[in-house]
Amino acid sequence: MREDLNLVLAGFGGQGLLFAGKVTAYAGLMEGREISWLPSYGPEMRGGTANCSVCVSDEPIGSPLVLEPNALIAMNLPSYDKFIDTVKPGGVALVDSTMVEKKSERTDIKAFYVPATRLADEAGLKGLANIILLGKLWKEMGFCSPEALQKGLEKCIPASKAAMLELNRKALQIGMDQ
Amino acid sequence: MAEKVLMKGNEALAEAAICAGCHHFFGYPITPQTELAAYMAKKMPKIGGTYLQAESELASINMVLGAAAAGVRAMTSTSSPGLSLMTEGISYMAGCDLPALIVNVQRGGPGLGGIQPSQADYYQATKATGHGDFQLIVLAPSTVQEMVDMVFLAFELGEKYRMPAMLFSDGLLGQMMEPVVLPEPGDIKTVEKPWAVTGHGGKRKHNIVNSLYLEPNLLEDTVRARYERYAEAQRTEQRCEEFMVDDAEIVLVAYGASSRICRSAVTTARQQGIKAGLIRPITVWPFPNDAIQKAASHAKAFLSVEMSMGQMVDDVRLALNGARPTYFYGRTGGMIPSPAEVLEEIKKIQEGK
Repeated sequence: MREDLNLVLAGFGGQGLLFAGKVTAYAGLMEGREISWLPSYGPEMRGGTANCSVCVSDEPIGSPLVLEPNALIAMNLPSYDKFIDTVKPGGVALVDSTMVEKKSERTDIKAFYVPATRLADEAGLKGLANIILLGKLWKEMGFCSPEALQKGLEKCIPASKAAMLELNRKALQIGMDQ
Repeated sequence: MAEKVLMKGNEALAEAAICAGCHHFFGYPITPQTELAAYMAKKMPKIGGTYLQAESELASINMVLGAAAAGVRAMTSTSSPGLSLMTEGISYMAGCDLPALIVNVQRGGPGLGGIQPSQADYYQATKATGHGDFQLIVLAPSTVQEMVDMVFLAFELGEKYRMPAMLFSDGLLGQMMEPVVLPEPGDIKTVEKPWAVTGHGGKRKHNIVNSLYLEPNLLEDTVRARYERYAEAQRTEQRCEEFMVDDAEIVLVAYGASSRICRSAVTTARQQGIKAGLIRPITVWPFPNDAIQKAASHAKAFLSVEMSMGQMVDDVRLALNGARPTYFYGRTGGMIPSPAEVLEEIKKIQEGK
């Protein structure tokens, strides 16, 4: 039986965290696993904090709300502060170091600091820091096959935005190379 | 089998309602239900249906009443404060014996409350959705797939018993995405509606849809006849899912979102050698009394877990009629209980004996 993925993605609204979560969920679905995706929503449409919980498992998912993630993607300081201590020992934390200058003192988790927002800007992939971090998460945890990850991405990009697919693939690769 | 897609509960429910032949939606926006109405707003014009955003919840529910009186499948959806505004119209619909679908994607209350998930409208849904003697069929989904499947069931039971039916959801189920298989169009079980006001063309006596009976004996007879149908529903339509109940000593009772959390807690309890089980009411009205009573033959205690201050626990106690001790654990205001908290309650009961 494969390891469960209990992922929290957190940051500002507009950073694409819910989208990156959806890609992860679809990747799990492509492999026939049980999955759930739960956004934590505020009253505002944009600019507020946004986070979501994604579960991928071989068993039916009980609570879709992840309280003790084994994987965290944090893209701003408030999210980092809120969630870094909730990561399960042995879990993986990915921090966008362009947005968060802090480093965790925890030694029982694997923390990676990726300047994803800067990397995205430099590669002409503005707004795809989320996918860079997802690529890095995949490299560290291998939560699905590479084919499932690609298919997950395809599922989440509508035909009307087909041009975005190639850019997302590039971002994913940049993340995997970190 | 059709392909599994990822959809939010609210959107999947909307699509399912259209597949179930509901082409008339009336509503007023409110979080965390909004995706449902938004989906209808996009889709209904494309299929020649009606999407109407009314000026208020009062107007919405009375439009549903009108459409249902004409014999079509009609619905509205709202969240807790909006449902309160609809209760007068729902009572009128019950008084007119009209089937229709009412969706409550519950949020924290009372008052404006909050916008996070809650189950604090249980009393309202099952005991007093408005004035007068009446009941609704109330179905409680616990997955996005059930949000889809129960739409069909709600229309079918509503039409069979001529009762408004409620899909009793919450912000967690409405907002979350899960894989779901959408129904194939065309598989609609409906019934003849000889009572519908569709124009008689001078060929039959005209129908009247009305809830006003000024003669008390006539009103009593009408209500009594209605309660015979309710009794029939209580005899034949109780639905629940049992999880590890067969040899359980501590039986949890939970519906909807909190049942998912309880399932995780029961699994962990079993791993630790505690004989726990879960009864998940699928119909909260009619309440699955039979399953609760059956479990009392081996269970030592019951634990109702809700996202409220304790409402369904009353129905568990009524079903048990004092036969077994019944405990309650709940979070409210938009807080979601964790499996660990529920496990802790199970352990307390276990050790208390």
